[in-house]
Amino acid sequence: MPKDSGIGASPKRREDVRFLTGTGNYTDDINLRGQAYVHFLRSDVAHGRINGVNTDAAEGMPGVVRIFTGADFEGVGGLPCGWQVTDRHGEVMQEPAHPVLAQGKVRHVGDPIAAVVAETYEQARDAAEAIEVDIEDLPAVIDMKAALKDGAPKVHDDLTSNLCYDWGFVEENREAVDEAIRNAAHVTTLELVNQRLVANPMEPRVAVGDYSRANDESTLYTTSQNPHVIRLLMGAFVLGIPEHKLRVVAPDVGGGFGSKIFHYAEEAFCTFAARQLNRPVKWTSSRSEAFLSDAQGRDHVTKIELALDGDNNFVALRTDTHANMGAYLSTFSTSVPTWLHGVLMAGNYKTPLIYVNVKAVFTNTVPVDAYRGAGRPEATFQLERVIDKAARELGVDPIALRRQNFITEFPYATPVAVEYDTGDYVATMDKLEEIADLSGFAARRAESEKRGKLRGLGVNCYIEACGIAPSALVGQLGARAGLYDAATVRVNATGSISVMVGAHSHGQGHETAFPQVVAEMLGIDESMVDIVHGDSSRIPFGMGTYGSRSLAVCGSAMVRATEKIINKSKKIAAHLMEASEADIELKDGQFTVAGTDKSVAWGDVTLAAYVPHNYPLEEIEPGLEETAFYDPANFTYPAGAYACEVEVDPETGKVTIERFAAADDFGNVVNPMIVDGQVHGGLAQGIGQALLEGCVYDADGQLLSASYMDYAMPRADDLPFYSVDHSCQTPCTHNPLGVKGCGEAGAIGSPPSVVNAVVDALQSGGHKVDHVDMPLTPSRVWAAMQG
Amino acid sequence: MPQVAMTVNGKPARGEVEGRTLLSSFLRDNLGLTGTHVGCDTSQCGACVVHVDGKDVKACTMFALEAEGAQVDTIEGQAGADGSLNVIQQAFQDHHGLQCGFCTPGMVMTAAALLKETPKPSEAEIRDYLEGNICRCTGYHNIVKAILAASGQDAGAIAAE
Ligand code: FES
Ligand code: FES
Repeated sequence: MPKDSGIGASPKRREDVRFLTGTGNYTDDINLRGQAYVHFLRSDVAHGRINGVNTDAAEGMPGVVRIFTGADFEGVGGLPCGWQVTDRHGEVMQEPAHPVLAQGKVRHVGDPIAAVVAETYEQARDAAEAIEVDIEDLPAVIDMKAALKDGAPKVHDDLTSNLCYDWGFVEENREAVDEAIRNAAHVTTLELVNQRLVANPMEPRVAVGDYSRANDESTLYTTSQNPHVIRLLMGAFVLGIPEHKLRVVAPDVGGGFGSKIFHYAEEAFCTFAARQLNRPVKWTSSRSEAFLSDAQGRDHVTKIELALDGDNNFVALRTDTHANMGAYLSTFSTSVPTWLHGVLMAGNYKTPLIYVNVKAVFTNTVPVDAYRGAGRPEATFQLERVIDKAARELGVDPIALRRQNFITEFPYATPVAVEYDTGDYVATMDKLEEIADLSGFAARRAESEKRGKLRGLGVNCYIEACGIAPSALVGQLGARAGLYDAATVRVNATGSISVMVGAHSHGQGHETAFPQVVAEMLGIDESMVDIVHGDSSRIPFGMGTYGSRSLAVCGSAMVRATEKIINKSKKIAAHLMEASEADIELKDGQFTVAGTDKSVAWGDVTLAAYVPHNYPLEEIEPGLEETAFYDPANFTYPAGAYACEVEVDPETGKVTIERFAAADDFGNVVNPMIVDGQVHGGLAQGIGQALLEGCVYDADGQLLSASYMDYAMPRADDLPFYSVDHSCQTPCTHNPLGVKGCGEAGAIGSPPSVVNAVVDALQSGGHKVDHVDMPLTPSRVWAAMQG
Repeated sequence: MPQVAMTVNGKPARGEVEGRTLLSSFLRDNLGLTGTHVGCDTSQCGACVVHVDGKDVKACTMFALEAEGAQVDTIEGQAGADGSLNVIQQAFQDHHGLQCGFCTPGMVMTAAALLKETPKPSEAEIRDYLEGNICRCTGYHNIVKAILAASGQDAGAIAAE
């Protein structure tokens, strides 16, 4: 019998009512009295020297308030990078300046050159057209390998080359891995591209800067996944505003998928300009601008080699990856190909020797940073593709090859620096075989073939590291921030509760799921608990939502704070009932004294805390409010197994997804309905990557896929109903809820199964195809079939 | 600046607009009806769908002046006077057909138009009709289920097939 409240239940989402009635409060819905509007004049060339920006004519245009250029930001800080990677030679990465508005050079199409503030958007846009920019075109570097050639044009003149870092992991394993590969019975090699994607949350970014001169206080309303991170980065590194004078509010946010983690120039600009002009300044991104200014994702080019012994055991793995950073280092860009990618290369398998080499490269393209999964999809894709290829080369069943090499004992220390606390990869694979009805595949293939279609089955596993992250560990690895989170549980006099959390909900349903936990712990009704998030002035210093961390990290803080509430309220209850604290029990919202029929209700205790007439004032303070900060002891390791069945039209190369099944182990699950939804959304993004999406630059650095006419977002008719299951649950061993995180799994786990399925389909038709690069568009698949 | 007048959610509405002002901007900026969202600038995403004289229209594809005299219905007019959700809205909540909520107003308005035309659509008909509405969060699974349910069909059974 499913529960109807508390942990494990699926109450309807309370946030839905405002979204369904058009009464949400997204950043673009915020309009402040007297606000001006900014339009950014952006570079239309990928690389050029700015010889002059003449704003004279534009200044005189109707409604213009002021025009800013790079010169206005001399002496102002640049946008910081939050993670310093040390390379294989012990040198720190090359880290270029990232000015708010371009200074000296433009480095990608979309790089902001000037900002026009005017009374209306239209006036700002009109005036921007009257700005004369004298840019001397420079040759652009777009291709990563070309960018590393001697004599290639440099994106940043003051760096020694376009190489940000050359990272080796684990460097000490390098020779042993080389040797094992040289001596292996079989080596499977695969070269592949994990193409650049655009996150594309449906809400474009917006920033509204406000300033109170009287109080010298700045407020930024912004589409962010982590308001405190923005306050820290912008206040401390860019504008020099102390925290107590800077408030950052991220209200309802229309999806993020990583792209709204980072601190962007437009946020700093609106905050800066509001102070300069002493009036609010608003920017709303158009979708076209979003394609040129939101950090993009993926963009790895990889060669992977998997060595097996004569019994098909994996003995060594070596990868060589080029990772595109784009023109500047976005906030967490440098960590993605390293600590979120290299450390996952063991996957679900006991490969004893692994060496990962990543060269991060500057190019004249939009910066690249975390996008749903961030590094882990890239790791999973190459590993699960090469395993599939190995199985085909060796003539063994791809599932059997995986099963043979599964890690089965936990905790398990991988050769790439992490320790998986728990998991059961056999169980998720068993579950997958059941829900995907793999035994019925042969009949379905025969039926497809009767209709002239090729049918393929692709299976893969994945593991990810979530619950980001143990601060001390990531500090050693180069993170410039702690990655704990925080929650304050404020119990009001009548017993209702506000929980202020550092996590931010932009689709994840925290407002519904988090109260399920608190209410269950206290035995009270969920409707008595509300979540407050998204406003740095109302919430404790938490690090926000990304990396499937909200429940594992912030939820753990919330549990700790609630435990403190329980401890204190038991003291009060003991006093009220003249009993010993050790005998007090809390159940169903009632405090009782063990072995007696004495009881007081939750509300009596909370009232006593705020009206302390009969209260142990000499022992404890009045009031009932507790804060906890939680720093995780380890990452969490959700894992699973996915299966995709495709049909390929041999005439056209068109691929359709016929079935998709996902068996995940997320540890304990608080709200199964929300978890299903997270997986569905992740699957759509992963299938989108596999079949449809791709960010394309031409040789000059013009972005060819800069609108929804050119960038193929998955639509309803591209996708099937999915079969998802998360009944395999090995609870996380080191956080109090035993949860692992579910937000990214679908996007991480699905691309390889789609490509594996297409390769299987093509081979079933007699085509000698062992890889097709994503997206598997009809033209690519058709070309592959032609040989 | 020219004046425009229309009926929005059953009430008269008027305002001054430029010739280039889009209906979506008029609703959001002049009338403060911010439930109609703008997710793109190429008429691809469907976040802005409203009904104009009973037909679903992307409000970003129409100038405000073109709606002179029209009956315009937006997401804000869908719930009952007492705030109760209509059948489609309720089905979206029941089936978790929304996450961040940004595409949701357009999805609900599009679904309403579909069900008016085709009271009992098949899964394929629903997916086809949603061609012009992009959702980045839900993977569409629960949106399709919600629309099946709103049409009185057994969404769970159809999705499990
Ligand atoms: S805003 Fe109208 S279709 Fe995107
Ligand atoms: S619910 Fe977020 S875009 Fe659809």
